[in-house]
Parts: sequence; structure tokens; C-alpha cells
Amino acid sequence: MTLKTTALFEAHDALGASFTDFNGWNMPLKYSSEITEHKAVREAVGIFDLSHMGEIFVTGADAVKGLNTALAGDFSKMTIGRAKYTVMLTEQGTILDDLIVYRLGEDRYLLVPNAGNAEAVAEAVTERLAGLDATIDDATDRLSLLGIQGPQAQDVVAALGAEFAEAASSLKNYRVTQLTVDGSEWIVARTGYTGEDGFEIITPNDQVNHLWNRIFAADTGVEVTACGLASRDSLRLEAGMPLYGNELSRERTPFEAGMGRIVSFDKPENFVGRAALEPHRETAPAQVLVGLTSDQRRAGRSGATIVLDGQTIGVVTSGIPSPTMSQPVALGYIDAEHAAVDTAVDVEIRGKALPFVITKPPFYTR
Amino acid sequence: MTVVKPALRYSAEHEWLNDEDPVRIGITDYAADQLGDVVFAELPEVGDTVTAGEVCGELESTKSVSELYSPVTGTIVESNEDVIQNPERINEDPYGAGWLFTVEVSEEGPLLTPEEYAEQTEGTVE
Repeated sequence: MTLKTTALFEAHDALGASFTDFNGWNMPLKYSSEITEHKAVREAVGIFDLSHMGEIFVTGADAVKGLNTALAGDFSKMTIGRAKYTVMLTEQGTILDDLIVYRLGEDRYLLVPNAGNAEAVAEAVTERLAGLDATIDDATDRLSLLGIQGPQAQDVVAALGAEFAEAASSLKNYRVTQLTVDGSEWIVARTGYTGEDGFEIITPNDQVNHLWNRIFAADTGVEVTACGLASRDSLRLEAGMPLYGNELSRERTPFEAGMGRIVSFDKPENFVGRAALEPHRETAPAQVLVGLTSDQRRAGRSGATIVLDGQTIGVVTSGIPSPTMSQPVALGYIDAEHAAVDTAVDVEIRGKALPFVITKPPFYTR
Repeated sequence: MTVVKPALRYSAEHEWLNDEDPVRIGITDYAADQLGDVVFAELPEVGDTVTAGEVCGELESTKSVSELYSPVTGTIVESNEDVIQNPERINEDPYGAGWLFTVEVSEEGPLLTPEEYAEQTEGTVE
């Protein structure tokens, strides 16, 4: 299968990027050093090409009703210019994707699903909104998405022009606005996946190279570092954010993932997954998602077994040596009776049982 | 394109060794690039016996962990303390300050010329 590339492929190649197949997209894994990229986002600003992610617009008088049926969250109270993290469920109540919904106008919403699920989400939205007054436009192949993340992200966005300066200073966390740039609609949101302040900018494909170059050329006194998916993964994991395919999957429910609070049982709509989950609202799930840290140096990686007194009690879903905390951090599912914070467990790493402690994520907060 | 040094010999497991006595061993530019930023190096200790083709340590990066194979059989004379304290040396200078250990060799495993190794890893000899 031929890998898809973003409009910035040549720009990445010119910077010496190593590429990796991420859900069928040939994406930059790192440019030089993933730890340098990670630290740039923690200490200054990093820029990510996230054009592999989906963009699906839902527009029409029934858009809210449709989203409330298709997704687990309640969008009836969300005002224009807000963003909301939500999940799409299967009929079985397991997680089909986690995504952000942006309300752009009275009847206009944007869904940004994960790259690997974009098609499935577009299909499910189309199916679940059938018969309603709502148009679904999967714009994934037309639009590009850049993440500008780090404590100095606001300075960099502000340097892109007067309208950006206004947006950068007035947008609060999880808010979104639209700008007209060279006759095209751009979307600027204060969202991200790194645990830092930051912005995400959506442009038509034919304008993204210009934006990319402007960001590097911006006269802010701040050095902008191009960042690949390796640092994106270590940043999100330090921030305790789940990754679809690791922590979230069609095998796990939002209750297990610790996301019960974002499933709205109060809304009237009979959303997909409701019937399966509602009977379990008051029952603790058999396994829950926890954080793990260790004072020894070896990291428990995805798939490593969590044991207690020789009994398997769980599995690591993501794990790294944390670049910021200089110790191993991990997320994993563990039997609920052993999930209490400070519980000492072992993680099996290359044949050795090494000590870890259950913690509550995030591991890093700004 | 990763660099292969002309004056060294190489193992298929991506270690290099020089022609000194005791022989000095490290990992190649290609291996360092594939592994990513090394944050933890476990090296054999002075006096340990290592066997050609067998695991003698491990290197861990944020991305992954990789076992370290000895390209020769012999006894460890020195382990690079600087690399243990500062594993980033391996990425910064894999053929220089990022060397890993020296061995009093009793027997060599199968080794490659720079040209053979460069062909295997699509590298350039320079």
C-alpha cells in the first residue's frame, strides 16, 4: 500500500526528517533528536505537522441533535467558539475514537478524529445522522493542521499578523475562532496534545507551506523547533493523555479508561453505546486505567505485564523513560482492586520483575 | 544516510570495533540513529567475560530498547563511565566519545568490512 503524505512532506524531507508509517501516513518521526524536540515544547515552542488527522464538518439545523446521537458528550450547552473533548462509542459501549468537537457557528461544527479512525468516524457520523437536517463534509484530504505548542506558542502565533495576534491573546484554552487569510477560511484553536499551552491551526493544503515557513521566519526571538511523532508521543504520555490504539480501543469502555464523566447520560438523545453502558453506570469496571512510575531506570513498555505477588493483575499500554522527569512513566490497565494510588506492583521487563508504584496521571503538569 | 568509518570493522548487529589492543567497541551511526536518543546504557563490567554474538548489555531510548551484542569473545578491560553517566554521548559521537567498552579478545565473531557494512545499512563510508 502506498503511504499517504501531507502537503509538507518536502519541507520535512528538507529538514532531514526520519519518517514512519503512522496509520497509513508517511509522517515525520523526528528531525534530529526526539529529546531535543520534546524539551523544545516543554521550554520554548515546537511545531508539529498534524495534517494526517481528520477534519469532518457537520452543518445544519439538526447538527447538535445529530452529534448528541453520534457521540457520547452533550453538545447542546456548548457555546459558539468552544471546543470539547469527547468519545465516539460502538453499540457495545466501547471506544471507536476519541476526538475534539469545535463549535464554529450557530449550526456548524468541526470534528477532529485520529488519523487511523478518520474514515470510520466519517462513516459512523454519516450513518448516525441519516435522515437529519445536517450535511457531513469530510475535508480531511483538503485541509492541513499544524500544532504550535509550548510556553512561547502565543508569541509565535501573534507574530503571524495582526489578526493572529488578536486571536492569540483573546483565545482561552479550548476555544476556537475563524480567520480569513488570503480569501480562505482558517481555523485557530487553543488546543493540543502535549500538556503545554498551544494552538492548532487548520488551513487549506495549498496554504500550509506558506504558514510553515512564516512560523520559522517569525521575528519573535524564539527559536521554533520542528517536532515529530516520537516527541508528540512522549509529551502526551507525560501529560497523562491517552492514545487511541494504546489506552483507548474497541476493547475498552470509557468507564475503564476513566472517562465516565464525559459520557452524558443526562442528555435526552439515545446515543450510540448508551444502552450498553447505562446498566453499568454504578458498577465499578473490572479493570481501570492507572499511571505507573518507578525509581529504577528501566521503562515498562506497551504490552509489559503488571504483576503482584506473582499474579498477573494488568498490562502496560504505553511506557517510556520520561525525558522531563528522568524516570520511567507508564499508563496501563490494572484489576480495579489493586488500582489504589501508592500500591507497589511489579512490571515484567525482559524477564525481570521490577518495582513500580501506582500513581494518578498526569505525570507532568505545567 | 548514515556514516560508516573506513578504519573500523563491523558486526551484523551494528557494533564497530577498532584494531587496538585491547579492542574498542561501540555502536554504529546507523544503530544510534535507529535507536533514537539513548537515555540508559547498561554495559558489561570490568572483568566480565563476553561471548561473540551474545547479549552483553542494553541500550534504552525514549522510543525503544535494544540489546547490545558483543562482536568478540574475551574479557572486559574497561567500560565507558562517561557514557553510563551521559548516554547522549552515543548519539552525539558514536565512533568517538560514545564508545562503549574495550575487550582483551580471545576470539572474534564474524565481522564485516566498512564496504560490506555500508551496503547492508545503505550508509556512506567516509
